[in-house]
Amino acid sequence: MADRTPIVHSSTVPGGVTQLRSASSQASLVESARKGAIYERSLQRKRGEVSESVMALVICEAVQYLQKQAKGIADLEDRLNRLGYHMGQRVLELITLREGKSAKRETKVLGILQFIHTMVWRTLFGRPADALERSTEDTNQYMIIDNDPLITRFISVPKDMAQLNCAAFAAGIIEAVLDASLFTAKVTAHTMGTPQTPDKTVYLVQFESLR
Amino acid sequence: MSKVRSVGEEVWKHKTDKINSELLTLTYGSIVAQLVADFDHDYAKVNKQLDKMGYNIGLRLIEELLAKTGLPRCQNFRDTAEAVAKVGFKMFMNITPTISNWSVDSKQFSLVFTENPLAEFVELPDKPNARDLWYSNIYAGVIRGALEMVQLQVEAEFVSDAVQDPSLPTEIRVRLVKVLEDEIPPGED
Repeated sequence: MADRTPIVHSSTVPGGVTQLRSASSQASLVESARKGAIYERSLQRKRGEVSESVMALVICEAVQYLQKQAKGIADLEDRLNRLGYHMGQRVLELITLREGKSAKRETKVLGILQFIHTMVWRTLFGRPADALERSTEDTNQYMIIDNDPLITRFISVPKDMAQLNCAAFAAGIIEAVLDASLFTAKVTAHTMGTPQTPDKTVYLVQFESLR
Repeated sequence: MSKVRSVGEEVWKHKTDKINSELLTLTYGSIVAQLVADFDHDYAKVNKQLDKMGYNIGLRLIEELLAKTGLPRCQNFRDTAEAVAKVGFKMFMNITPTISNWSVDSKQFSLVFTENPLAEFVELPDKPNARDLWYSNIYAGVIRGALEMVQLQVEAEFVSDAVQDPSLPTEIRVRLVKVLEDEIPPGED
């Protein structure tokens, strides 16, 4: 810490009466100036592509690691959900910053769900999700449907863990985006395979009932 | 050796299914953050776990590399370095690190990265010991795992990382320990 010289611009300290910034925040400003480079880079620049195999293997390692700690299938899904949650918070931030002035805070349920279905999915997976539906039985329940989720494309679930769906990871992403937009919901992933789309996954969005 | 480069580029262009690199960046970041929390900021342990994950990934990536490129066996460790940088990193991460700092006996080299998709958006926290974290240590494990499958026992470790200090390059040092003998695979029983 000793090598950091606090920078005080006299012009930013009005009349020398109130010092606007504490010494510690000045120190961290100097620190971030040193690391700086990352803030100079444009967020608009798209970052290119990598091989899908790498992504599949990284997810595979993450699942194995979490599985060793998990106490059961539900717990493993919870842990995957949390991993995705961390990511969802950052995805929302990234998209919002990229939109800049045209960014808009969604205040309607349908608006935010469409945002996830289209913008979030396109940013992460390169295409919108396949459908967005509302449950006929429960008006607080919506479904985002992906016919071929990238995350689970190379995962085969053993028979004794049939209920497991590793797309819980993506459910976590959705949950984080909803929470951050103040639409508290519980999101779970369910496999609803059909002969044409064996990996079809339904993300069940359960909003809290208003009453 | 320009032939090796074109092999890497060819596979990347025509034989690789690609995804948006930000998906990987964010996923990897989430995993590292989870590890840091799980190991309670013991960065030596986090480094080790990332290396282990990379090792498992390397064991499998090498198969894809050999299947898609049909590269012949490397004649010496210099060929190996070329294959790692210009084919391996190219076809999986779409980057080509520079090979430099060969040791006199040609058993050690450095890979220097000017770009690193894993570390986009990454800033380490201000905690003093956060500098013990090798954020992209998974690469070191991948190199170790992949080369072990082609009978090369190596050590790979980060020397410096631009994530820690942007004035330094991101550099991985790779050391050949020994060439493993072909072993008869263990029987089924």
